[in-house]
Amino acid sequence: MRQSEAVTRFAAAEGKKRSRRKFRSGDKELTFLALPAVIYIFIFSYLTMFGVIIAFKNYRYDKGIWGSEWVGLDNFKFFFLTEKALIVTRNTVLYNVWFWIVTTFCALLVAILLNEISRKWSKYYQTVMFLPTFVSWVVIMYLAQIFLHHDYGFVNRLLGSIGGERVRWYLEPAYWPMILTLAHLWKSIGFSALVYYAGIVAIDPSYYEAARMDGATRFQMVRKITIPMLAPLITILLIMTIGSMFRGDFGLHFFVSGNSPLLYNTVDIIDTFVYRALSVSGDISMAAAVGLYQSLVGFVLVVAANYTVRKINEENSLW
Amino acid sequence: MNPTASTRSRTGNAVIHSVFLLLSIAIVAPFLLIVSVSLTDEKALTTFGYSFFPSRFSLIAYDFILRTPGVLLRAYGNTILITVTGTLLSLLITSMAAYTISRRDYKWRTALTIYIFFTMLFSGGLVPFYILMTQYLHLKDSLWAIILPGMLSPFYVLIMKGFMGKIPYELIESAKVDGAREWRIFFRMILPLSTPALATLGLFIGFNYWNEWFNALLFIDNDKLVPLQLLLVRIMNTLDFLRNNSEFIQSLGLDMSQLPNESMRMALVILVAGPMMFVFPFFQKYFVQGITVGSLKG
Repeated sequence: MRQSEAVTRFAAAEGKKRSRRKFRSGDKELTFLALPAVIYIFIFSYLTMFGVIIAFKNYRYDKGIWGSEWVGLDNFKFFFLTEKALIVTRNTVLYNVWFWIVTTFCALLVAILLNEISRKWSKYYQTVMFLPTFVSWVVIMYLAQIFLHHDYGFVNRLLGSIGGERVRWYLEPAYWPMILTLAHLWKSIGFSALVYYAGIVAIDPSYYEAARMDGATRFQMVRKITIPMLAPLITILLIMTIGSMFRGDFGLHFFVSGNSPLLYNTVDIIDTFVYRALSVSGDISMAAAVGLYQSLVGFVLVVAANYTVRKINEENSLW
Repeated sequence: MNPTASTRSRTGNAVIHSVFLLLSIAIVAPFLLIVSVSLTDEKALTTFGYSFFPSRFSLIAYDFILRTPGVLLRAYGNTILITVTGTLLSLLITSMAAYTISRRDYKWRTALTIYIFFTMLFSGGLVPFYILMTQYLHLKDSLWAIILPGMLSPFYVLIMKGFMGKIPYELIESAKVDGAREWRIFFRMILPLSTPALATLGLFIGFNYWNEWFNALLFIDNDKLVPLQLLLVRIMNTLDFLRNNSEFIQSLGLDMSQLPNESMRMALVILVAGPMMFVFPFFQKYFVQGITVGSLKG
């Protein structure tokens, strides 16, 4: 026993002495392990970051990035002078804020309720709620059609049978904030609830024991223990939301609305706008300018949000 | 059992269960509706509309699709190829990178971590990405255009690193003392030890590839390379196009009423999304584990 201890200690001392040489070769080997990822990230992330100079050029395929002529801020000017800039920015931000509020509220509620019932049942419900997470927006586009189709759609049939007027859903912008909210909630509730549920399960049960001893009611426990204990998690998710405030869910806004031009003012977000500028109107440089605007503001927002949270409570910040 | 459930009153429990029952119905109903429509006779659909119970049962939609399965099978083949190749490659480079930055004694640990995670904060956007893919990597009309873009996500590196960081360092050290080199340690020891994390991430990544449509939409024009999701997009667009251009149909001499187009579309959705819907409940417990294992904060 003692001998082996001595051996370990010796090995440790020896290791320390040799560590420099040994770990240097280890460093090299580890670097080789990371190399594929390093190269991948360089090409797909850093090269595209460098590609933002397209936003300051009049990009032409035949001339390439270097050959295209500089136009300064013209692409930005062109975008910001249209009313589109205001509309898509407003839509992106408002949808994000609204979705965050609705999803957080509902997911927290679901997670708290899940914790109130037996594990067996909560597992069944979770499985069901998880289903839409694994359905693509393309499939949801078809689901939306089934409900909203003008002639055969379920909702219109229902309206017809109770004597109401049929609605041309895909031509009526007014209904879309609500429809998109429902679609978003339907798809994301399972996953969000699970994140919060995992957070609740991780809370030390002795808090609840103590509270029960003191005669706390269920509601008091939720308000005084569960919610405060989940605050860090909620904050982290909020920072991430703020950071992606200028990014929306392309699939939701593009497919669920059927990409219907009459709805653009209500459902269009920066992502769908850029996609259309790129693929339909072929205005590459302006699309790049909008994309850069989106990335820059997103970057500033996430850094600012993290900074603010750090000021208030360092524990809750992302880094 | 959680410690609080026993104190719950019977009526309270009943209320909670009915809330979840309603929620479950709201989530499952659309799926049932789509199944029902796919099984309804086309004529019945045009007269009675979509409903939860087929007003006239018919398998003709499936018959139509499966009689000439070529297009669907090819799309399946593409999607399976993309999913398998993409998931394996992705797991490999993700875990290799995650392991490196999980090693506290690695010299460039901090630098590499920042290098990886900065990409979460800032990106060039869609246009430089599109130009890189088409003009420089020449990946238009190639399945790599779907596989490569989703291969490494910093977020997954973060989760993987969280898991690998918990592997006791003494294990690695003792392997080193036994003369193992880093590659051997990683492939023989770390990877097998990380199976739960690999399984969880693999499932996430696999589902992402299965459901991928965006890059397909951007880069795939060739009919032979269309994956399942893009097939659905195309069919929706084509049928819309045909419906809105009745002259065109007449000039072609096609009789649209012969084609069970509504039910056929829904049948196709079932055939595309169905397999994953059946597979996923079996994997669900891994997801739950994975999320609890991978802490959000690095």
